[in-house]
Amino acid sequence: MEPLHTHISRQYNTELEDIRSKVLLMGGAVEQQIEQALIALTTGDTALGEAVIMNDTKINQLDVEIDEECQHIIARRQPTASDLRLVMAVIKTITDLERIGDEAEKIARMAVKLASEERPKNNYAEVQNLGNHVREMVHDALDAFARMDIEAAVNTAHEDRKIDQKYDGVMRQMITFMMEDPRTITRALNVIWTARAIERIGDHARNICEYIIYFVKGKDVRHTTLEQIEKEILGR
Amino acid sequence: MVAEGESMKSDTSTVARPVASAYNFSMPSIDTSAAAAIKTSSLKAQARDLNFFYGGTVQALKHINLDLAERRVTALIGPSGCGKSTFLRCFNRMHDLYPNNRYEGEILIHPDNVNILGRGVDPIEVRMRISMVFQKPNPFPKSIYENVAYGLRVRGVKGRGRLDDKVEEALRGAALWEEVKDRLQDLAFNLSGGQQQRLCIARALATDPEILLFDEPTSALDPIATASIEELIHELNKKVTILIVTHNMQQAARVSNYTAFMHLGELVEFGDTNIIFTNPSKKQTEDYITGRYG
Repeated sequence: MEPLHTHISRQYNTELEDIRSKVLLMGGAVEQQIEQALIALTTGDTALGEAVIMNDTKINQLDVEIDEECQHIIARRQPTASDLRLVMAVIKTITDLERIGDEAEKIARMAVKLASEERPKNNYAEVQNLGNHVREMVHDALDAFARMDIEAAVNTAHEDRKIDQKYDGVMRQMITFMMEDPRTITRALNVIWTARAIERIGDHARNICEYIIYFVKGKDVRHTTLEQIEKEILGR
Repeated sequence: MVAEGESMKSDTSTVARPVASAYNFSMPSIDTSAAAAIKTSSLKAQARDLNFFYGGTVQALKHINLDLAERRVTALIGPSGCGKSTFLRCFNRMHDLYPNNRYEGEILIHPDNVNILGRGVDPIEVRMRISMVFQKPNPFPKSIYENVAYGLRVRGVKGRGRLDDKVEEALRGAALWEEVKDRLQDLAFNLSGGQQQRLCIARALATDPEILLFDEPTSALDPIATASIEELIHELNKKVTILIVTHNMQQAARVSNYTAFMHLGELVEFGDTNIIFTNPSKKQTEDYITGRYG
């Protein structure tokens, strides 16, 4: 990876540094949205849930803003090589971050709905567990992005599988509840939608890891298995 | 990436991510070597361990090995003084015009496998086969018609009808015919800069060259004339092999199939233009094309 600050044009350095730091800013905001949505869910705090729903517009604004800056860089600078890959990676990353924001908003909507229902004894512990896992994964993906660390990116991408497994566990549990007592169907469905939103966040975080690999190595690893990625990128 | 709706799976650990297994996909390893880049088309010319000395002492080219693919555009990029124009000029023996300049190594032209730098080879013959277009349009102080016919006359083409046909063909090839067909006897200097440059291309085309050399052909032209020359290069490359030197990297990226990056008389990296501009393998190349101080 080439350092961003070594262009002959200092203005260009600033522009590239700017989009990169804005991605991290947006990432921080998205992380916070996930966290608050999960708190709203487990505490039944409808006001907090509403706040998360409202805040999604800020994430959307950042998405548009960074997209525009990338457009200007392409039009004015015609970036090449690692600069081009950075701009491409940023454009793709913010799309996934925006989607993560949307999923967080969905979780918040479910939190508001579930707040009016009777709470289970374990207070949605399994969803909470899934949610925390995903939140950490997003955090790690953003951390890897900040350092452009491909090893961390590959390791973080691995978490997606564990999350998928946990998600399947939640599904099975909810199906069991619904079969045992049809009166739980409404609640169980809402829990399933929530878990589904969380699981999707994992997929988006994995995508971000793939863009990091693309930026650093110049290889497009989308649509390949984790094993292939490890072999090609880390030589494991 | 997982498509929406695909996550409803029973056992994620055994579900392969799509595509990979289905198409027996392996990630392409990036090989920017000349051989790998050109394997899809045949060779037109090869520089083999080429050294060049100005005035017999100053070494301007160092051990250049470069293959030109037939009917493809190869661009030479690099900072000023890196030897790209020197290299280009070796191809039509331009350096012979000054004493004490010295070549070492060879440039082979295919299919007949002639070393054009060989002692027994007549530079005039070489220039018939390999034409050059320069930075500034340099038409002869003659009519449009005579500019194109000149090379043909030198070559011994006789007969008005035959000359007329060849001139028209060359002017059409250079996308200039429609603009000048009613004023062929006008002085070439009356044309615009872009038209003059296309006239020079027509002049170069008239002798049916196998290779066309362009030395910064658009640096003296406005963006519209530049675009028309670039479009012309794209058309010409269906028939001839093109080697172009340009300071404008975006131009190299736009017009060429292969790009060679030179630095201090050496060939640093050569490969598919798409790869050079997205994922070059050498740091020097990366620094140059991204505008970093190397």
